[in-house]
Amino acid sequence: MMSRRRAIAVASPVPFVSASASAAWELNMTPGVTEVSQSVYSLHMTIFWICVIIGIVVFGVMFWSIFNHRKSKGAKPAQFHESTTVEIIWTVIPFLILIGMAIPATGTLVKMYDASEADMDIKITGYQWKWRYEYLNQDVNFFSNLATSQDQIYNRDDKGEHYLLEVDEPLVLPINQKIRFLVTSADVIHSWWVPSLAVKRDAIPGYVREAWTVIKEPGIYRGQCAELCGKDHGFMPVVVKAVPQEEYQEWLLAKQELARQEYELKNKQWTMEELVARGEKSYASNCAVCHQANGAGLPPTFPALAGSGIVKGPVEKHAEVVLHGVSGTAMQAFGAQLSEVDIAAIVTYERNAWGNKMGDMITPQQVAELKNK
Amino acid sequence: MATQQSYYVPEQSKWPIIATVGLFLTLSGLATVMVNKSGGDTSTGWWMFSIGVAVMVYMLFGWFGNVAKESMAGLYNAQMDRSFRWGMSWFIFSEVMFFSAFFGALFYVRFLAVPWLAGEGEGTMNTLLWSNFEGSWPLLHNPDPKVFPGPEAVINPWSIPLLNTVLLLTSSVTITFAHHAIKKNDRDKVKLWLALTILLGAVFLGFQVYEYIEAYHELNLTLDSGIYGTTFFMLTGFHGMHVTLGAIILTVILLRYMKGHFSAEHHFGFEAAAWYWHFVDVVWVCLFVLVYIM
Amino acid sequence: MSAVLGADAHHHHGPAKGFKRWLFTTNHKDIGTMYLWFSFAMFLIGGTMALVIRAELFEPGMQIVHPEFFNQMTTMHGLIMVFGAVMPAFVGLANWLIPMMVGAPDMALPRMNNWSFWILPFAFAMLLSTLLMEGGGPNFGWTFYAPLSTTYAPASVNYFIFAVHMMGISSIMGAINVIATILNMRAPGMTLMKMPLFVWTWLITAFLLIAVMPVLAGAVTMMLMDINFGTSFFKAEGGGDPVLFQHVFWFFGHPEVYIMILPAFGVASQIIPTFSRKPLFGYPSMVYATASIAILSFVVWAHHMFTVGIPLAGELFFMYATMLIAVPTGVKVFNWVSTMFRGSLTFETPMLFAVAFVILFTIGGFSGLMLAIAPADFQYHDTYFVVAHFHYVLVPGAIFSIFAATYYWLPKWCGNMYDETLGKVHFWMSFIGLNMTFFPMHFVGLAGMPRRIPDYALQFADFNQISSVGAFVFGTTQLLFLFIVIKCIRGGKKATAQVWEGADGLEWTLPSPAPYHSFSEPPTVK
Repeated sequence: MMSRRRAIAVASPVPFVSASASAAWELNMTPGVTEVSQSVYSLHMTIFWICVIIGIVVFGVMFWSIFNHRKSKGAKPAQFHESTTVEIIWTVIPFLILIGMAIPATGTLVKMYDASEADMDIKITGYQWKWRYEYLNQDVNFFSNLATSQDQIYNRDDKGEHYLLEVDEPLVLPINQKIRFLVTSADVIHSWWVPSLAVKRDAIPGYVREAWTVIKEPGIYRGQCAELCGKDHGFMPVVVKAVPQEEYQEWLLAKQELARQEYELKNKQWTMEELVARGEKSYASNCAVCHQANGAGLPPTFPALAGSGIVKGPVEKHAEVVLHGVSGTAMQAFGAQLSEVDIAAIVTYERNAWGNKMGDMITPQQVAELKNK
Repeated sequence: MATQQSYYVPEQSKWPIIATVGLFLTLSGLATVMVNKSGGDTSTGWWMFSIGVAVMVYMLFGWFGNVAKESMAGLYNAQMDRSFRWGMSWFIFSEVMFFSAFFGALFYVRFLAVPWLAGEGEGTMNTLLWSNFEGSWPLLHNPDPKVFPGPEAVINPWSIPLLNTVLLLTSSVTITFAHHAIKKNDRDKVKLWLALTILLGAVFLGFQVYEYIEAYHELNLTLDSGIYGTTFFMLTGFHGMHVTLGAIILTVILLRYMKGHFSAEHHFGFEAAAWYWHFVDVVWVCLFVLVYIM
Repeated sequence: MSAVLGADAHHHHGPAKGFKRWLFTTNHKDIGTMYLWFSFAMFLIGGTMALVIRAELFEPGMQIVHPEFFNQMTTMHGLIMVFGAVMPAFVGLANWLIPMMVGAPDMALPRMNNWSFWILPFAFAMLLSTLLMEGGGPNFGWTFYAPLSTTYAPASVNYFIFAVHMMGISSIMGAINVIATILNMRAPGMTLMKMPLFVWTWLITAFLLIAVMPVLAGAVTMMLMDINFGTSFFKAEGGGDPVLFQHVFWFFGHPEVYIMILPAFGVASQIIPTFSRKPLFGYPSMVYATASIAILSFVVWAHHMFTVGIPLAGELFFMYATMLIAVPTGVKVFNWVSTMFRGSLTFETPMLFAVAFVILFTIGGFSGLMLAIAPADFQYHDTYFVVAHFHYVLVPGAIFSIFAATYYWLPKWCGNMYDETLGKVHFWMSFIGLNMTFFPMHFVGLAGMPRRIPDYALQFADFNQISSVGAFVFGTTQLLFLFIVIKCIRGGKKATAQVWEGADGLEWTLPSPAPYHSFSEPPTVK
């Protein structure tokens, strides 16, 4: 109840009117920053105005009748009730208008479908509930998680400017390059959507679907998952950071270097303290949505880890659950998603947090062995 | 529509609500079994299901018995007869649409999904996911053979399925003979042809069961052997259920005929059963061509 | 147990007494009444769920429910409103009106009629009970896309599947009954092209129902097999495709949309001429337009799936076919407006709802046309713009027409006039409430708010607040409707046989309230 009262205090309309003053009262589709998004926008506006004009004509006649042909004003009903000519006219005219709309729509659609001759490929995989980006042939791949804290979501903290639209690691893309997205999913259907790019592509498990874009301006573009994908469908945003080519190259090199270091971490001799420290962070971004930051879970779907039989049982069993998931439940197999280091860190952290006090650990090498077993 | 004066409107009837309770128990029983199948206790579900089925059987006897009695009492006129005819035709049409959903699924996976998975078609890069997968039909190697080991082979259409086709087509002819006999009031022939139709249906079912056993034990062609097994068993399975139902209906009609329920002029019950039987035959012909041969 | 109705049947039976009347009835009016009350109960339950959704969305942050429960609410709200409120309400109207309108003694197959009804309360009991089960009820959206609804579904999905089967059985039997009644039970002289438009639209709706409900049964059966028996319809690992589910579902789903709106067209086409005191303009073209819409509804399903990545040729085909639907729909709107043009209009409550229906449904039609444009749909798809669109066609479309029909025929059903002032209050409150709720959704949708999310970014906050307030206005107003109907049933000014000055049709030749058995002797239609 405490948090509820606080929620009202924090979330009363006043604070975020100021926080979002610039973005408030946004009424219309964004024209976006690509050629395609701009032609989509102009299509949208053209059709909108055509509808407005038709509406004015039709409702105009209707309201004319409503005001002037009232019985209370002494209107006597006419008796006409048929006219083939009129029927033909109002069948043919809308048909012609539709053809007029279909032509530009076809052009834009054909353009959207032409993903050929791309400069680079990015494989996008939807997970419950995060995105994975793989820069094909570049040895760079990472997950992109929601960065908004649970405290903000549950009204224990003030909401930031980009509430729910911020991630720990955005998709970095160069401008003026034709980028092909290869969209797929690892579990249920998701949909990768960035309004400013006018790219929305469903992520279908087991199938790869294409989309493409050429971003004209540098900037940060935010979107969200657009297909219901379970509990945290509303909490898996997409953030694209478009940068000039040189900056992109620098970022890519740094990222590749980081990947190399990360790879070497696997062979390092870890102490329990190091693992717990790393595990706390990894747990927060990968596990806390379901099992909660305090390990209490959300039973019955998401069991508590504090005092859990698995966590307090043999360490191999515990690690295997994390690696392979539990079929028939919401517990995913993290072996394919996280590095051995992260899994070792998370398992070690779980065993030593929230009063579990097991005092033992598992090394990345042991995790690798379990994985290959 | 001069006959409208005496359109029969039955008074209160307890059967609809009994039917509802039966249906509810049957289906919620099944659901309860399925919910508890891994680890839970399924006995409650099975009890509900069994009681539901018993209620349904009781209802069918009672309701159809009621209708038969009213029909025998001459309460139904030509207009009522037309209502029954419309009812039965549209029921069969709804069955056609049910099968269409599964035939549609077959076409989709065969001509679109499997080629896409194998990397064909514009805008798909599925080789990223299934690099070793090659599309073919019948699909013997699934995209992920570890999860779905494919069948070793599929049923040869020119053996039992061909024989089954002949059986069912023959049964369509025999039931037509029965219909002609009914119109001529040739009672012995009606019984003979009807019994023969039922027998042909039963033999067909026997062969289907044999084929299923062979598929499961010899060919590893099963419900869970990937999309070929899925479409094969779902289509032939639902057809088999319809043949079973049709054969039961025909048996009831035969018994009713022996009790003197149908005359040369009034025998809609028989005709409805015959329509249903023909429908089941047509579905089989489609199955034989689209599932077995192609 | 039985009685022959007719010229020589002098025993005119009234209804039986007590609960048996309702449990065992074969009377189309009793069954119609039960359908209508059932649908209203479902409307309130589904509406309450909508209010839970709107309360949670009143401001950013999670306040009232958890995301899991939020998803169950959106799913159940959709399922209950579609299958429990709108469809049964129209079946109820069909039961009450079709026999009276075509001059028949009852529906063609009265016992089956009763069965069709009674399946529904049981089916919805099964569906609603899932909310109390371990793991919760259906949480995968009313469109239940696989694999969220199969591999990743809560165990209660099995109950959901069988509940859908029961609803399907009920709908198919109801539709068969409607077709048999219309094709076989018309009074002498009632040719097809003399039938009231409500009867026409229901005839076409019934065809749609019989054609697509079995396909829905097929879809949920495939789910059941994938969940319990290891088939791979929707699993790529075994050679299936999750998108196959969407194709099968929307092959059902799009005609389903018209199942919910064609009878509404029929209602509007009965009411507008009455209060314009002028015959319906373009009767034959109304019939042809309805039929065209129904036929087109079978070849447009993939416009719900523009973003799944169907090949370009398919995308273009479905875009063109969808745009084409605007033509017959436009014809209908033009005909209604022409009926009003140079009439002698009065605005009793049914007419208010009917006029609002035409205006607001047209707005929903416009946004529908925008959604049909595939490239633009990439921006609209699965946003609140879609939510605004289909609520504009369903709430002021289907539901307003049901209100209009209730006010229009209620005096015929119970013999008393309803309270006109309260009726007008109900209309204006509903009108304001619904526009407040759904109009801002266009804006947040275009600005980028996805649908089915329990929490949202800050820039959507203001419009969501307006929506939530509107939803509570609209929701509470419906209790007034309940009050008006009960008040009318219990008493009020006695209604004449014709009830409305401009009313025309066989049902108005019967006394008010209509006798328990309508036309024991078929009337002659000139």
